[in-house]
Amino acid sequence: MESLSNLAVSGAFMAGLGVVLALMLAFANKKLYVFEDPRIGEVEELLPKSNCGACGQAGCRDFAEKVVHGDIIPAQCTVNTQQQRQGIADLLGVAAGTVEKKVARLACGGGQHVAFLRARYEGLKTCRAAAVVSGGGKECAWGCLGLADCATVCTFDAIAMDRHGLPQVDSEKCTACNDCVEVCPKGLFSLEPVSHRLWVACKNQADGDTAEASCEVACTACGKCVADAPLKLMQLANNLAVVNYDCNDRATRAPIERCPTGAIVWFDTPDRPAKGAAAKRILRNDPLPLRH
Amino acid sequence: MKFLNYFRGETFARGIHPPQHKETATMPIRRLPFASQLIVHLSQQVGRPAKPLVRVGQEVLRGQPIAAADGFVSVPHHAPVSGVVEAIRLHPTANGPWSEAIIIRAHPGSTQEVLWQQPQYLPALDADELIEAVQDTGIVGLGGGVFPTHAKLKVPKEWPVDTLVVNGCECEPYLTSDHRIMVEKPADIIAGIGIVRQLLGGPRAIIGIEDNKMDAVEAIRACLPDDGTISVEAVPTKYPQGAGEMLIKTLVGREVPPDSRSYQIGAYVQNVVTLAQMGALMPRGLGFIERVITVVGTAVEKPGNYLVPIGTPLRFLLDCVGARDEFLEVVFGGPMMGQAVASLDTPITKGVSGILVFRGREVAERTMRKTYPCIKCGECVESCPMGLNPSALGMLAAKRQYELMSERYFLGTCFECGSCSYVCPANIPLVQQFRVAKRILREKAA
Repeated sequence: MESLSNLAVSGAFMAGLGVVLALMLAFANKKLYVFEDPRIGEVEELLPKSNCGACGQAGCRDFAEKVVHGDIIPAQCTVNTQQQRQGIADLLGVAAGTVEKKVARLACGGGQHVAFLRARYEGLKTCRAAAVVSGGGKECAWGCLGLADCATVCTFDAIAMDRHGLPQVDSEKCTACNDCVEVCPKGLFSLEPVSHRLWVACKNQADGDTAEASCEVACTACGKCVADAPLKLMQLANNLAVVNYDCNDRATRAPIERCPTGAIVWFDTPDRPAKGAAAKRILRNDPLPLRH
Repeated sequence: MKFLNYFRGETFARGIHPPQHKETATMPIRRLPFASQLIVHLSQQVGRPAKPLVRVGQEVLRGQPIAAADGFVSVPHHAPVSGVVEAIRLHPTANGPWSEAIIIRAHPGSTQEVLWQQPQYLPALDADELIEAVQDTGIVGLGGGVFPTHAKLKVPKEWPVDTLVVNGCECEPYLTSDHRIMVEKPADIIAGIGIVRQLLGGPRAIIGIEDNKMDAVEAIRACLPDDGTISVEAVPTKYPQGAGEMLIKTLVGREVPPDSRSYQIGAYVQNVVTLAQMGALMPRGLGFIERVITVVGTAVEKPGNYLVPIGTPLRFLLDCVGARDEFLEVVFGGPMMGQAVASLDTPITKGVSGILVFRGREVAERTMRKTYPCIKCGECVESCPMGLNPSALGMLAAKRQYELMSERYFLGTCFECGSCSYVCPANIPLVQQFRVAKRILREKAA
């Protein structure tokens, strides 16, 4: 008999405990309820979920919250296609807007066939590791090491190494997510709007003769481009030609025409840089030999 | 392990015993001639680059200051040779990025005589004046740290130093320049110790020398003052005995906690060559313009310990010692911690204690074995003198988990001695990964 009552007491106690806890949960559910716009989840569904950070937000969820909030426009997600952006805009009843497309661009033209090597690097096959060992062995200390850290880090498969060991950016696939900019130990990548068609593909700060001795397509700071360019579009700084993109609306092909090395180029399309008529022709395809 | 220490003397735990190759230990210091062109980099030290004091076309005398310190953590530089300033321009460095350098064309008849000096009576100087006098010599940590010595000597008042540990271990294989200076210039070392003791308020000084250099121990013992303030101790030969933390453990029996300086436990470490240079230069107020460098390796015809003017181009030095091969592997420093050099135009800087020159193909065959995955054998853990876990650090580095490496596995305390890479049977380039990780973390912090 006693055992039965024990059983009843423990059963009743457990049931009571359950009721009390359920009441607390029900109370908390009402009291601590946070309203979340259901559209945030819907927008997130329409986003690529690559969390690449190209939009400048902490991730796709953060982007969705801000779009629904009206802080940013749907077009700021550079990974989505125009259709997907419009989908988000329709869902929220706002305009998709337009953002000028940016692409990652490399400020170096020194592939193995034109840039000399001083020493052969052997070790961990990444640019980061090579840069720590005496700069990586390239005669030009500013130039691309060609070990493809950028191609490895690219989430969108937009960077491929060409046969001369230089990364080539596919502007269609590039979302301007900034990963390659951060990973390059020489700081050669930057995100440029496609309207920036005039481009100096060199960062060598040595004086002209030294620069040209280390790489056949180096900027020698001869100043011809500056002379030919519209007023204030170009200038020389640190033995390099620099484009002043504040005056980009005045940019023309003129500065590239007399460039002796072809260091300064004009992007007819975002993927195809054109060299000037006076640029020396590079017919070599094989890597240059090691020069001590 | 304590039991074993009873037989071989107290020392730090773990560490390795690489082959020593101290073949040049018996070769006296010899002078190298001047190159026709010397390149003095404005940044040869930790801290800010110096500011040039000379113009292009100006004549300079050997020993004359040509660049002034820019701020406290910076040192001046002096002309290593009499000549004309040819240019001030960017020049390759051993680290990779080019930096500003003063290029001096040597006069053909330039002599070894130092024509510029300012004698001073050191015991009359107070602490600040003495630190300034150290800065004026342009001396930096010559063991390879290249931290400005005067800045290191400014120990905060709240941390009294009771022991000056003089580091004469030279635990790196091949290098013998410290050894030769201890044998040939013991009086300079004692004078340098006197200056540092004056600055630190007279702590006792212990000179630690590895027991493979007993002739150096005896040479210094013969010069010791009678008052017993300076003693010499032979410490067990083990790599990396010459690391500051390890030598403090061996000689004083204290351990430096992570993220602390050695003066916080009352010990102050100084390299023996740095002290020798202070002792030799400061009474006469000279600048630091030449240093002893061990040049050795299989590709060198005339190995030895050479007194080389700062700024001598590597190409000239290799010609002098007869190093010729199609491919050379050139390393500044020792084989464990040294740095490969990419350009023969690189000049000798203040921090270079040795130059190893091997035939490139030989090195490539030996070192470029295949890398295998980590099998967690624990050899690296057994060798790490700091008690870190290089295996775990290496795996995290491969996954680019750099923050985790520093927060959970104390990457910051690794001083890159190379023991883990040396013992790794899978040939994993552990230290190189750590160097990359440290550099990335530094960039992120900046």
